[in-house]
Amino acid sequence: MSETGDPLEWYRRMQRLRRFEARAAALVESGEIVGAVHEYTGEEAVAVGVCAALREDDIITSTHRGHGHILAKGGEPRRMFAELLGRESGYNRGRGGSMHIADFSRGIYGANGIVGAGAPMACGAAHAFRTRAEDRVAVPFFGDGAMNQGVLLESFNLAVLLSLPVVFVCENNGIAITSSTEEMTPGGVAPRAAGFGLPSRSVDGMDVRAVHEAATTAVRRARAGGGPSFIECRTVRYSVHNIAAGALPRESRSEAFMEAARRRDPIERLAGELDRERGWRQGERTEIDENVEGELDAAVEFARAGRRPDAKTALDFMYAATYPDFPARGWEP
Amino acid sequence: MRTLTYVAALNEALHQAMAEDDSVMVLGENIRNGVRAETRGLDERFAPGRVLDMPISEAAFTGFANGAAMAGLRPVVEFQVASLIFPAFDQIVNQAAKLRLMLGGQGRLPVTFFLMGAGAGGGRAGQHSDNPYPFLMHAGVKTVIPATPEDAKGLLLAAIFEDDPVALVAPANLLGEESEVPEEAYRTPLAHGVRRREGRDVTICAVGHLVPAALAAAERLASAGMEAEVWDPRSLLPFDKAGLAASVAKTGRLVVADDSGRTCGFAAEVSSLMAERCFEFLKAPIKRVTRADVTISYSTPIEAAALPGDEEIEGAVRAVMGHTEPAPGSTPVHG
Repeated sequence: MSETGDPLEWYRRMQRLRRFEARAAALVESGEIVGAVHEYTGEEAVAVGVCAALREDDIITSTHRGHGHILAKGGEPRRMFAELLGRESGYNRGRGGSMHIADFSRGIYGANGIVGAGAPMACGAAHAFRTRAEDRVAVPFFGDGAMNQGVLLESFNLAVLLSLPVVFVCENNGIAITSSTEEMTPGGVAPRAAGFGLPSRSVDGMDVRAVHEAATTAVRRARAGGGPSFIECRTVRYSVHNIAAGALPRESRSEAFMEAARRRDPIERLAGELDRERGWRQGERTEIDENVEGELDAAVEFARAGRRPDAKTALDFMYAATYPDFPARGWEP
Repeated sequence: MRTLTYVAALNEALHQAMAEDDSVMVLGENIRNGVRAETRGLDERFAPGRVLDMPISEAAFTGFANGAAMAGLRPVVEFQVASLIFPAFDQIVNQAAKLRLMLGGQGRLPVTFFLMGAGAGGGRAGQHSDNPYPFLMHAGVKTVIPATPEDAKGLLLAAIFEDDPVALVAPANLLGEESEVPEEAYRTPLAHGVRRREGRDVTICAVGHLVPAALAAAERLASAGMEAEVWDPRSLLPFDKAGLAASVAKTGRLVVADDSGRTCGFAAEVSSLMAERCFEFLKAPIKRVTRADVTISYSTPIEAAALPGDEEIEGAVRAVMGHTEPAPGSTPVHG
C-alpha cells in the first residue's frame, strides 16, 4: 500500500484492519477457520502509522499477530481470508494459515510463528538492498515479548555494526500471552535498544500521527544511509492472546484496565481529531466505513468460493529443486 | 592433474562461485582471518559487502542469511565448528527449511549452511565433536558430505547454486587430505552416490571420513577373500536410493558406516530403506556401524571407544559374511 500522509486514508486503513479482525473472529466462531487467530484489534495505529511511511518496495517482517501489518502494507483482504480458510487462492495456497501470510510482491516477507525470528531476516534483506545500491528499507515488527529473545538482541547489534537500513518497530502491548512486560522486561523496552547504540524513541502507539511521525523520521534516516533505529509503540491489544474454535479465552487483565484502554482507542481518537480539524461531512464517515465493510464482505465471499488444495499436492512446494522420490512420502503405496 | 587439499578445494569453490555470480556472499565468524584456509583471499578479491565477518551471534547471522536470500542473494553461512549450528537451529530448521512450503512456494532460499570441522577425534570433547547431519536431514534440510577434495569443490558449488537451503558438512578428519581436483568450475549433482571400490560380496555404504576407513577395511578383507563394494552417498538428503539399492541387489549384503548417533541416525534410515527395498536380495541382516549413543569424551581411550573406524567396519563385514563374529571386546559399544 502506498506511502501516504493523508489522515483520512489512515482512518480508512485502520477501519479495514479492525473490521477484518471482526470478520476473522466470526469465521473462527463459525468453525470456518480451523487454526488459531491472534487479533490485531487495538493496535491499528502502529501498523498503519508505520506502513504509511513506507514505499511499496520497502519490506516488512511480521509476527504471529500479523494481519494488521499485512493489510497496512497492502495485502489484499480477499487473498488473506482465502488463506485463513485454507484455500488454494490464499496467499500461501492454504499452506500457511494466519501466522505465515506473505506477499513478496508487496514487500511482505512473511508473518512468523516464532517470536523475534523475522528481525534477523529483515537485517539480511536490508544488507541485500544495500549491496545492490537500492535505497530500500526493512522494517521488522515484533512485540514486547521479543525483547527477551536473544536473536532480536543479536539483530540489534548486527544492524548497528553494519549500519543497516532497518527500522525496528516494537509493539509494546504490555503483555506476553498473560505475562506483564513490566515484570518480564526489567529496565524497559526503549532503554534496552538504546543500549545497543540504536537511536530509540518511545511513542504513544494509540496515536497514529505520533507513530507516523516517528516512523517517517526513522525511515528517512535509514534510506539516506543514516543507519538503523528503534521505535517503541506503546499500545494495547483488546483481545485475548488468541482465539481458536473450542479454546477457552484467557484474559488476565482487569475490566477497569480494558475500559481505560478503549477510551484511548486509536480509531476514535483520529476520528475525533479529524472532526475538530476539518469536520466530517454529513454521512462521510459512515460512507467510508460501509465501503470498507463492502470490500471485506466481498473478500470473504471470494475466499469461501475458492477451492481447497488437492490432496495430491501435499508434497508440493517443499523444495524448489526436487529429485526422484524426494521429498519422501510417509508410506509406500 | 594438479592436486589440492580438501580445504584448498573448498576455497577454490568459494572463489569460483563468487567470481561467477555477484549475488554469492560469504559470512560467518573470522572469515577474513580464518583459523583455517577455506575463506582465504576472498576479502582481498571481492567487495566488502560480499565477505562479512560476523559477531558471535549464530542465530542472528543465520537469520540474516535467510533474509538476504529472500532478497535475492546467495549467502554461504560458515559455522567454524559443525556443532555451532545448534544456537542457530530455529533459523535453520524452523525458518529456512520450512519457509518455502509454508509460504506456498513464494520466494527462494538459496542459502548454503557450511559446516566446517565436523566430527570427533583429537580431544575436541563433547561440544565440538558432533556430526549433526541427522538433525538437519530430519528437518528436511538438503545435506551433502564430501569425502574427497574433488567432491568438496563440486558439492560446494552445487550447494551454492541450488535454489534451496543446503548444508555442506566438511569432516575435520578430511580437511588435510590431498588429491586431484579439476581446475575448472563444476557441480557435483545432488542425489548421486558414487562407487569408490567395486566388490561382489558385500556393500559398505560409508559417509564422510568413514569412506577412507571403509576402503582400508576393504583392502584387508580382500586379502581374506572378501570383496567389498564401497559406496559413498555424498548427498545424504536427497539420497540416491536407486544407486545403493542396485549395489545391494548385486552383493546381497549391506553394512552402513556412519559416524553419527545410532538412534534415529543416518545408518538407521539407510538400513530401513534398504530393508524395505531390497529384502528379497539380502543374504544376511543389515549391520550398522555408528557412534555410540553417548557424549564424546575428551580422554583418548574413551573417545576412541565410542567412535567407529576401519576395524569396526571390518568386523561388521566379517559378521555379515558369516565368516566370524566380531572379536570379543573389539566393538563393545556398537552392538
